[in-house]
Amino acid sequence: MKCQKCDKQATFHITDLVDGKPNELHLCEECAGAFLAPSPEDANEMLPAMAGLLAQHLAVGETAEDLARLDQRSCPVCGITFLEFRKQGRLGCPHDYVNFAAELEPLLLNIHGETRHVGKVPKYCASGAEQQTQLIRLRREMKEAIAAEEYEQASLLRDQIREIERSREPHGEE
Amino acid sequence: MDFSQLDLHELAKTSGEWLRGSGPESDIVISSRIRLARNLADFPFISRATDTDRAEIGKILRSRIETLHEQGKFKGHLIYVDVSSLEAVDRLFLVERQLISREHAEAEGARAVLIDQREQTSVMINEEDHLRIQVLKSGLDLSSAWEQINDLDDLIEARVTYAYHDHFGYLTACPTNVGTGLRCSVMVHLPALVLTRQIDKVFRSLQKINLAVRGLYGEGSQAQGDFYQISNQVTLGQSEEELIKKVADVVPVLIDYERKARDFLIRESQETLHDRVSRAYGILRTAQTISSEETMHLLSSLRMGVNLGLIRDVAIPTVNKLFVHTQPAHLQKLTGMELDTSDRNIERAAYLRRHLSGDGAGATHN
Repeated sequence: MKCQKCDKQATFHITDLVDGKPNELHLCEECAGAFLAPSPEDANEMLPAMAGLLAQHLAVGETAEDLARLDQRSCPVCGITFLEFRKQGRLGCPHDYVNFAAELEPLLLNIHGETRHVGKVPKYCASGAEQQTQLIRLRREMKEAIAAEEYEQASLLRDQIREIERSREPHGEE
Repeated sequence: MDFSQLDLHELAKTSGEWLRGSGPESDIVISSRIRLARNLADFPFISRATDTDRAEIGKILRSRIETLHEQGKFKGHLIYVDVSSLEAVDRLFLVERQLISREHAEAEGARAVLIDQREQTSVMINEEDHLRIQVLKSGLDLSSAWEQINDLDDLIEARVTYAYHDHFGYLTACPTNVGTGLRCSVMVHLPALVLTRQIDKVFRSLQKINLAVRGLYGEGSQAQGDFYQISNQVTLGQSEEELIKKVADVVPVLIDYERKARDFLIRESQETLHDRVSRAYGILRTAQTISSEETMHLLSSLRMGVNLGLIRDVAIPTVNKLFVHTQPAHLQKLTGMELDTSDRNIERAAYLRRHLSGDGAGATHN
């Protein structure tokens, strides 16, 4: 993660209270030193820079075209676009890691210096990740159908959801 | 079992095991903590979850964990707290207690926490991720914290399907947690390194090996009371054991530096140091009104003085407890009243006098 004030690696993570509300700062050592020095004016100056931390992280040298492109392709499961992710810094669903793998890999490399997990593996592997993400998509579509008053469609979707849910009752239950 | 105000009131009077000051290296290391971030595979992450999703996630996770408890697999008395229905002061109380994060306290929507009564384990539901499991131990004790949290993670995993990807590992809402989803942190008390102005040098070396440094509650910009949390930054590409080892290996070096700095202060300026801690003790046991910030600052000196044998009539667990019990929400829970800042300062001073001064000496070692 890069410092919010300059381009160095951020190693200080400070939560500052402003009017009773916490604000997270991610700074390199130098900027953290300046921030921690007793000069509240300096500190206040930095606060607006905190919005869209991850967005800033990647936004260097991008054209409006690049941004428009990032806003076009959305995740078929949760509906988020990569641009939306960048604005809020949080992904929408597990499938985003598959859908946006190409966009995420450079970011992961930057944050972790690696892109591949080598630790713990769940003992009970998902019987099919597709089935899991399908549930997220179906629930979203059902909600949209209800909102659009397409009740017949909504009830079809509900049946599909129930069927998947039934097929995967919690495992390992005695 | 369901949580009641009574539980919270009882909790306020006691203190968590992590404060008992009995773990390894507990003169310098307050606590060791590990947390795991996990998500259910069949729900969107929190930012995209509907109210129905959140309610459903909460219901599933609560019932799975309570089942574990009923089967005797989740040890101890388990308290379920519906965080979304708590008053602000109660939420802050849980933050001060290190049982929930500040984000969890201040978020909106259905969210909860399951706590074991000894306050070693807490499981936040619907925080930034569906599940944030935390184990907190007194002193430097990362290996047993890992053992404990790994077991609990296995038990929960046997009953739900976690979002997991062969390539990226455990999938989290923020890519900074993906992979192991593991953050391990050790809270250290480094007053002598601060006094001798060595602390910057220490941070520089931690930065070089990619470790992060935070203050105690992260409240205010200054690390309050000379407490620092050292934790891993990276979560992907290294195994849990490797990530933990990196933090575990660096802490003894910090301890050694801090001890050397304390030796130096004793050797070179014992009178000045003794004066400093005695004055701190004097103010703490006689003040009539005192801010949280000043209290933290003075308690830090007192704590060092006790560890160095300069002050002999106060026990470390008492000092540790005072750090937490003089926080704003704790004071209000202990008095059972809503207090504004100036009333809190008066109540804080009274609380300190009761626990430290001669006329309340009986309370010193509780």
